Amino acid sequence: MTHLLTASDLSLTIGGAPVLRQVDLNISKGEMVAIVGPNGAGKSTLLRLLSGELRPTRGAVTLCGRDLRGWPPEQLAQRRAMLSQHIAVSFPFTVSEIVQMGRGERALSATRRLIDAAIEEVGLSGFRDRELPTLSGGEQQRAHLARILVQLACGEAASGPALLLLDEPTSSLDLRHQIALVDICRTRARNGTAVIAVLHDLNLAVRLADRIVVMHDGKVVADGTPRETMTRDIIRQVFDIDAAIGTVTTTDMPYLLPQSMHPLSAP
Amino acid sequence: MSSATNTPIAVSRSGGSVRRPTASIVIPGLLLLLLLAVVLSATVGAAGIPLVRLPSALGLAALDANAAAAARDQLILWSIRLPRIAVAAMIGGMLGAAGAIMQGLFRHPLADPALVGVASGGALAAAGAIVLGDSQFAEHVAMLQPVLLPLAAGLGSLLTTVILYRIATRGGRTSIAIFLLAGLAIAAIANAGIGLLVFIADDRQLRDITFWMLGSLSGATWRKAMTVLPVLALGITAMMFLGRGLDVLVLGESEAFHAGIHVERLKRICIILVSAMTGVAVSVCGVIGFVGIVVPHLLRLVIGPGHRLLLPASVCLGAILLVGADTLARTIVAPAEMPIGVLTAAVGAPIFLMILLRQRGLVGL
Repeated sequence: MTHLLTASDLSLTIGGAPVLRQVDLNISKGEMVAIVGPNGAGKSTLLRLLSGELRPTRGAVTLCGRDLRGWPPEQLAQRRAMLSQHIAVSFPFTVSEIVQMGRGERALSATRRLIDAAIEEVGLSGFRDRELPTLSGGEQQRAHLARILVQLACGEAASGPALLLLDEPTSSLDLRHQIALVDICRTRARNGTAVIAVLHDLNLAVRLADRIVVMHDGKVVADGTPRETMTRDIIRQVFDIDAAIGTVTTTDMPYLLPQSMHPLSAP
Repeated sequence: MSSATNTPIAVSRSGGSVRRPTASIVIPGLLLLLLLAVVLSATVGAAGIPLVRLPSALGLAALDANAAAAARDQLILWSIRLPRIAVAAMIGGMLGAAGAIMQGLFRHPLADPALVGVASGGALAAAGAIVLGDSQFAEHVAMLQPVLLPLAAGLGSLLTTVILYRIATRGGRTSIAIFLLAGLAIAAIANAGIGLLVFIADDRQLRDITFWMLGSLSGATWRKAMTVLPVLALGITAMMFLGRGLDVLVLGESEAFHAGIHVERLKRICIILVSAMTGVAVSVCGVIGFVGIVVPHLLRLVIGPGHRLLLPASVCLGAILLVGADTLARTIVAPAEMPIGVLTAAVGAPIFLMILLRQRGLVGL
C-alpha cells in the first residue's frame, strides 16, 4: 500500500548532539497518530522534520512519493498544514484576520464559508472581531487551530487528502475543548486526512489516535495501537514512573493512572 | 517560552470587539487628505499664493488681469514650491513604507530605519561619496552626483540593515532588545564616521554634508524628484506582493513557512526595499527620523495591522505627514526655516516613548 508520508532512517544532529536517531515512520491517508514521550525525547523535532521546516542530517521524508526537499513552500502548504506550539503575535490582529491568513492567495469571497465554518468549529463565533492579544491562551490556540483548518480545507479542496501536523494542540485547552479537538481530527481523518499530533496527555492520546508512537531519547521505542503501546513496561521504561493501566469496559480502550515515581515503588 | 519575552503587545484600549474601516474608505480618504495638504502647502509660504490665484498659477486657468502677479505666482509654484512638495510627498511615502516594512520584518512596532542606524549608515556612505569621491575625480563625479549619492546611500543602508539583521536574529527569532541596542551602536559608529569625514572635508563639501545632516527639503528640484520617483514606484509595486507574506511572518518564521511563504526570499526583498527607500530618502534630504514609527503606529490603531492595507496607507500618510511638516518647517520661523528633522523628532519621539511605555516589561531589556 502507498503511504501519504514516509520517513526513513531519519537522523538529526544539532551541534554534535544527536537529537533524533534513525526514525522510521509511515503514515497512510486517514490515519490518526499520536506521538508521545518525555520532555526532550525529540517529538517536536520529529514533527518539524516531517513538516519540512527542518532538514534531516541523514535519511529523508517523502510526501506523496516526493522528497520534501523538492517541494516549494507554496505547494507544500497545499498538502501539509501544521499548528506550532508557541505562537507569539506581536501585532493586534483580530481572530477573523488570523483565521483568514489560512486562505493563502485565494480570494476572500471564495473562502468565506470555510473561514466561518472553521471559526464556528473551534467555538470562537462570538470572538471574530476581538484582537488576539486580548484573548486567553486557550482561545488564542483555538484561533490558530481555525487558521490551520482553513489552510487544510483549502489545500484539500485543490489537491486531495493532506497531512495535518499538530504540536501539543491541547496544551492550553480545557477538557471540553480537548475533546472537541479530538472530534475535529476524527472528522478530518474520515475524509482521508492523515493526522499526526504530539501530545503529553497519554489518555488523550489513547482517545485521539488509532496508533501511538512512543519516543524516548531521540528514538522510536514503540509504535502500535493504544493497547500495544500503553503498557506498564513501556510507561516505566520511558517515563520512569509506575502506572496502573485500566480498561474502559464500554469501548475496550486502555486508560492510565500514574501511581508514583518508579524508583520509589520498586520493592 | 523565550518567545514570550519578545512579545510586544499593542492592545487597543477597548479590549472588546474592533471594527475596522475597509480599504475602499481608507485609501480614498487618505488621498483626499494628501490633496488638501498639497493645496495648503502650495498656497502658504514666504510668498503667499491665495487659493483663488492657484488655478491660474498652475496654468489651469487663463491669466487674469493682474498678469505680472500671476507670472510671479507661476514661477514660485513651478520652480520652487511644487518640486519641493513632490519630493516631500514621495520621501514621506518612502519613509512611512520603509518603517512599516521594517516593523513587519522584525515583527516589532519600534523598528524604524532612522532610529536603528540604517539611515545613518546611508548618510555615512553618501558623505563618503561626497568627500572621498570628490577629491579624486573631482569633475566627473560632480556630474554623477545625482546618481552616485542615492546609490551610495542605498548601499550604505543595505549593508547596515544586513548587519543589523544578522546580529538581532538567531534561528528565526528576533531579539528586539539586541536589535535596538545594536542599532544604537551602529548609528554611533556611522555618526563617528560622518564626524571624521566632516573633519577632513573642505568648505564646499562641508556645506553639502551639513545640509542633509539637518534634514532639509529646501534643495528640492524636479531633477531630485525624478531620482526619487522610480524607487518609490518600485517600492509600491513590490508592496502589492508583500502584504500576505508579512502578515503571516508576524506569527513567526516557521509559521510563515508552514503557510507556504518563501521566507528567505521575502526577507531579502524586504531588506532591499527598506534599504533602497531609506537610502534614497537620506541622499535627497538627510536623516528624517520617526516618520517610519509614527505613521504605521497611528494607522494600526485605526485600520489594524494587516499589511495589505497598512503598506499603501503608510505611503499615503507618510506623504501627508511630511508635506505638512515641511509646510510648518518653512512657515513657523519665516523667513528662516526650521530643520524638518527637528519637527518630526519633536512629534515622533514622544510617540516612540508612548509605545515603549505601553510595552514596558515585555521588551525584555
